[in-house]
Amino acid sequence: MPSLGADMEAGTLVEWMVKPGDSVKRGEVVAVVETQKGAIEIEIFNSGVVSELVVPVGERVPVGTILARIGGAMPAAAAPPKPPAAAEAQPPTPPAPPVVAPRPVMPVVPVALPAAAAPARKPVSPAARRLAAERGVDLQQLTGTGPGGAITVSDVEAAKPTPPPVEVTRRRTGFDPAAMRQAIGAAMSRSKREIPHYYVTQTVEISAALRRLEKMNSERPPPLRVLPAALFLRAIALAMAKTPELNGFWEDGRLRPGDGLHIGWAIALRGGGLVAPAIRDAGQRSLDELMAAMRDLVQRARASGLRGSELSDPTVTVTSLGDRGAESVLPIIYPPQVAMIGIGRIVTRPWVVDGAIGPRPVVTVTLAGDHRASDGHRGGILLAEIDRLLQESETL
Amino acid sequence: MSDTRTTSQRMTYREACKQAIRDAILADPRVFLMGEDVARYGGCYAVTKGLADELGEERIRDTPLSEGGYVGAGIGAALAGMRPIVEIMTVNFSLLALDQIVNSAASIPHMSGGQFAVPMVIRMATGAGRQLAAQHSHSLEGWYAHIPGLKVLAPATVEDARYMLKPALDDPNPVLIFEHIMLYAREDDLDPAVTAVDIVSAKIRRPGRDVTLITYGGSLFKTLEAAELLRQDGIEAEVIDLRVLRPLDMPTILGSVARTRRVVIVDEGWKSGSLSAEIAARIVEQAFFELDAPIRRVCSHEVPIPYAAHLEEAAVPQVPAIVAAARGLVKGE
Repeated sequence: MPSLGADMEAGTLVEWMVKPGDSVKRGEVVAVVETQKGAIEIEIFNSGVVSELVVPVGERVPVGTILARIGGAMPAAAAPPKPPAAAEAQPPTPPAPPVVAPRPVMPVVPVALPAAAAPARKPVSPAARRLAAERGVDLQQLTGTGPGGAITVSDVEAAKPTPPPVEVTRRRTGFDPAAMRQAIGAAMSRSKREIPHYYVTQTVEISAALRRLEKMNSERPPPLRVLPAALFLRAIALAMAKTPELNGFWEDGRLRPGDGLHIGWAIALRGGGLVAPAIRDAGQRSLDELMAAMRDLVQRARASGLRGSELSDPTVTVTSLGDRGAESVLPIIYPPQVAMIGIGRIVTRPWVVDGAIGPRPVVTVTLAGDHRASDGHRGGILLAEIDRLLQESETL
Repeated sequence: MSDTRTTSQRMTYREACKQAIRDAILADPRVFLMGEDVARYGGCYAVTKGLADELGEERIRDTPLSEGGYVGAGIGAALAGMRPIVEIMTVNFSLLALDQIVNSAASIPHMSGGQFAVPMVIRMATGAGRQLAAQHSHSLEGWYAHIPGLKVLAPATVEDARYMLKPALDDPNPVLIFEHIMLYAREDDLDPAVTAVDIVSAKIRRPGRDVTLITYGGSLFKTLEAAELLRQDGIEAEVIDLRVLRPLDMPTILGSVARTRRVVIVDEGWKSGSLSAEIAARIVEQAFFELDAPIRRVCSHEVPIPYAAHLEEAAVPQVPAIVAAARGLVKGE
């Protein structure tokens, strides 16, 4: 069960899209997992042949649990081997002498995700844990009455066994707003507890940028039009190259730079809550590509069709409040990332240009930085660079 | 041998110790007792008062103030076929004889491949409570319970004080008996039906279902008192008297833990590197999945035992602390 964010503790496997014997390629979607952020498609990170589905559909398992095994070869001869689908294409092999040890199977668990500090474990006495397992009682649902709030045997005895899931085929049920509230609460509490935020703000005059967009969009049909948010994102993606200390993760007391620039794009969900899936390698995408990526993410986020890697990849997050938002936003960094950029609503304000005051469209860009990883001076450099790029928006 | 009582007899722990020694000496010509001030003075806690007059100074022998010397002499006597009872005034002083006890008494049977036995008994007073300050008040029996080759007994009841000496003398190994100084004056009725006890098992002194209180020696009666107070709170505490500190009777302990699932260890020794730590470790090793709460310990504070009465009292386990520890485990405090 991959971790799809610092706040994820467990997920429910709702659908297997492969079966034992199937050949799978790295990056292929193999399963759907229900999390607090809705149903997420899980990609496999190794190629091979599925040898065993360990977790059955409907089961909720903690992050780190092995979901399935894949191997380069068939599993050991303990079970009568079923030929894999691909075997027909291979020349028949004579019965092999039993000298070849089966290759070690590889778990399907993605590794090297940004290490998140585990959330405080619910104290459960050893005896209570054993009893709960025997009776099928879900410890997460219990309130402990033992020392330090620990769940004790009597707490388990007083609890009703968890009924087996009635509908094991449920999938893509969307997200549970209460669960997401909890997930956001956990992540944001951790952020405010652990991350010494600093904030720097710059108001950027964007009349030239908007003129450019207007000109560009006038020649396009509505589905291909580019929103100001994409332009801001493009400027941010290019500007981030100058300040690598704002791109990455704070782990074990040091900055681990991001392996590329993958911008998490905050998307508000209908019914409350938000997700911030990654636009991978944002710096290498053109304006149109960024716009397409944003459209795609918004659509899939609202239809619960995001992939696991998209939730765990972001190296920095951007939130843009859009035309119905507030004028500016002071973002809370999503741990273990080290920076987040907030863009307010575009507003018309008196602005001094060449000694004269005139109405101009402006937008307020705010950077929240992790002071352990960088200083406000570097944050200011980023904002100045964003400003500069937006003034020369023809180049974006 | 001389006594065949038919009615219950009330006596002090001190008297029980004396009668045990007297019985042993009368029963076996190889048995004698030696130590500092045991004969003419009658023992610093008056355990042997009058015995020298009755049994003679051949059998109740005063020694010089030299623990290393007379404990060594006792080991020699045991090797030569005698059954010596060596009294050391207090466990603090036994440190002067540590070399004799650990390097000689405990080791010779093993190093000789069993050719030499050391069938001796060493009695020591232990514990705090009489304002004797840090050099006379410590509870170091846990140290001896660390040593292979020794058996370590801690009689807490009058009955054990009366009857543990005999099996200790019968044992071919060196056996250490720790008598807590606050127990000497305790009185109890001896059950005439009991004329012998083992030196193998722990005893459940009070059955209960909610929490196991493990203790021994001087802390036993404080623990029983705590159990009584806990009952008023609706908590049924089981009290285990270890009796034998080495080897530990783990089946009795583990059986109780499996019933109550909660443990408080009460020991006048300090916590660090101690007998209470050993018991806790073994419970976690052998009964982890039975536990419904962390193990708690009520031990002496990690200071040399103070002289001032109020500080001495505050330094060692007392009833309210035992009650609080057990209550906390059961009530989730």
